[in-house]
Amino acid sequence: MKCRQRGALAAITFACLVPFVFAWAEYADVTINTRSELEGVAPVIFPHWFHRIRYQCSVCHVDLGIRMRAGTTGITMEKLIDGQYCGACHDGDTAWSADNCDLCHSGRPGLETGIKGGHETTGPGIY
Amino acid sequence: MKPYRPILLSVALLAIATASLSAGKWQSLKNDGLHDPSNPSIDVLQEPSEALGVLQPDPAGNKVDWVQSLELGYIEPRRGLRDEEAPEILDSTVLMKNTQELPYVLFPHKPHTQWMSCEACHESIFISQIDANPINMGRILDGEYCGLCHGAVSFPLTECNRCHNTDSAAISAGGAVGEEGSQ
Repeated sequence: MKCRQRGALAAITFACLVPFVFAWAEYADVTINTRSELEGVAPVIFPHWFHRIRYQCSVCHVDLGIRMRAGTTGITMEKLIDGQYCGACHDGDTAWSADNCDLCHSGRPGLETGIKGGHETTGPGIY
Repeated sequence: MKPYRPILLSVALLAIATASLSAGKWQSLKNDGLHDPSNPSIDVLQEPSEALGVLQPDPAGNKVDWVQSLELGYIEPRRGLRDEEAPEILDSTVLMKNTQELPYVLFPHKPHTQWMSCEACHESIFISQIDANPINMGRILDGEYCGLCHGAVSFPLTECNRCHNTDSAAISAGGAVGEEGSQ
């Protein structure tokens, strides 16, 4: 009996801890840290789900040349301020300008580049 | 001791149910394990629950049925950066039969072209020729072909039946498909 009680208590404890232990990023959050921390700023978190509500895939992945592999496009702040990549919209007119550092460079220290988050699966994720 | 057992069991089940429900909701940015909660601008960013909670629901991925959300007009993502370009919708299918013991894959162009122009896939990812693409699940799980999006930003790879959606018997009985391919 005691054993079963302990089992039930363990189940309760586990169940209560599940949401905290397995907290996850939103499915399709893209983290980019190929250069950020080396340059002394926080990693970038790009909410893909936010952007696809506003623009179809081709706008970024065909017209703006952003590759479908996290961290492989070679985006730099110089290019961005020059109007390339994110800078095509993040110009202070269509969307916030590049001097709002914290809004993009919002990740915890040590984040690895990749596609994060998910319900049901973590997917390929590493890309 | 014995009278407590049903109570304990009920509490355990309730706790598991509550945990499951909590785990099913969108995480707040401060608790998602990615964002730095001490970022002074974190409150400016939109929470996933605010953006995604009003769209068509889906049990997997980020819990949004993006195709339905687009088709039903919940969202109107722009086709072009500045100008609205008329989308080129292709309403054809490709049947992939080399699926071993799993049902065939009937790939629909329509929902994909509602989101993307042809150039997004052709010819860099998929060659526009039947049998020219050596697709397999290993490569997809490695993030190639369909796996560039599915499992990353589109519905996850645990949703087997959404792609493996066509019984071979139905095809041999005369199912209508636009194109056929073994891969």
